[in-house]
Amino acid sequence: MWDSEPRPRGGDFEPRPRGGDHDWLDEDAGPVVRPYTMTGGRVRPVNGGLNLLAYVVARHRPDADLIHYQPEHRRILLLTREPLSVAEVAARLDLAVGVVRVLIDDLMQVGLVSSYETEAAGRPPDNDVLQAVIDGLRSL
Amino acid sequence: MDYGRSKSVRIPLALKILVAGGFGVGKTTLVGAVSEIMPLQTEEQLTHASVAIDDVSGVEGKVTTTVAMDFGRITLTDDLVLYLFGTPGQDRFWFLWEELALGALGAVVMADTRRLPDCFPSVDYFERSGTPFLVAVNCFFGEQRHSPQKVREALDLDPDVPVVLFDARNRQDGKRVLVSLVEHIRDRGSRRRAAAPA
Repeated sequence: MWDSEPRPRGGDFEPRPRGGDHDWLDEDAGPVVRPYTMTGGRVRPVNGGLNLLAYVVARHRPDADLIHYQPEHRRILLLTREPLSVAEVAARLDLAVGVVRVLIDDLMQVGLVSSYETEAAGRPPDNDVLQAVIDGLRSL
Repeated sequence: MDYGRSKSVRIPLALKILVAGGFGVGKTTLVGAVSEIMPLQTEEQLTHASVAIDDVSGVEGKVTTTVAMDFGRITLTDDLVLYLFGTPGQDRFWFLWEELALGALGAVVMADTRRLPDCFPSVDYFERSGTPFLVAVNCFFGEQRHSPQKVREALDLDPDVPVVLFDARNRQDGKRVLVSLVEHIRDRGSRRRAAAPA
């Protein structure tokens, strides 16, 4: 009755493409872009990358001179007057996460934003947190 | 301009659940049904997944491709926010982005019984990475062609992996799936602790 065979255990899943033949760059892969013009070619933040769910908050710096910053930097400062996750900042700016990480890092370097990492990755929350999630979902 | 804040900053605990499955199975539909915001989209370049083209030196020569993914948000309490990330539409690429799975609470693997093999890579991936998951069969237009037991057998799932039927368009159904997943994560953790030597 199934159109296909059952799933073979430990299937032929291959997490990384092999070799350098770039066969993942085809039509389905979407446009090939040079995304980091906005960051002046910088591809990595100075201090490593923030987690997708790290929160970013603008800091009160009335003395800050923003004249040398890009419009995107200013938009980040406006967006993060309330704490906002990196993923949401990227989505609202319609920029790739990697680009946004570099821009946020620029602002962190001069103390214009603070970041707060979420719980350590890989450490599952305790039962109290899980129960709070269950209760919260049920009461929505 | 004053970008400042006067009140103290309150940062919620943010948790992440992945929504995986084949193309067109309804991942974005589920995210949209349960999210309090319209699903947002963000992109990441695969250069971050160590597939940068090594034979080209220098940033200016680096080409890359993007994977896009939808995500939604559910504010559970003032201190607790749940994010749902739909894995990217280009399914053969999504697992390249290791960060997506890193630190995820768990995953919903969506299945369409008309195209069951589409979810095999997701099941393989989460089994291999040890990420807790359940299989949610999207019953398009109320169609239920197979029982959960048949799906379980066809996917050769471990006995403790839940299989649920639902309609991805239905908010209550979506909530029920998420509750089932988090209960599974809680119970799995409890069993592991019980089994661990003192």
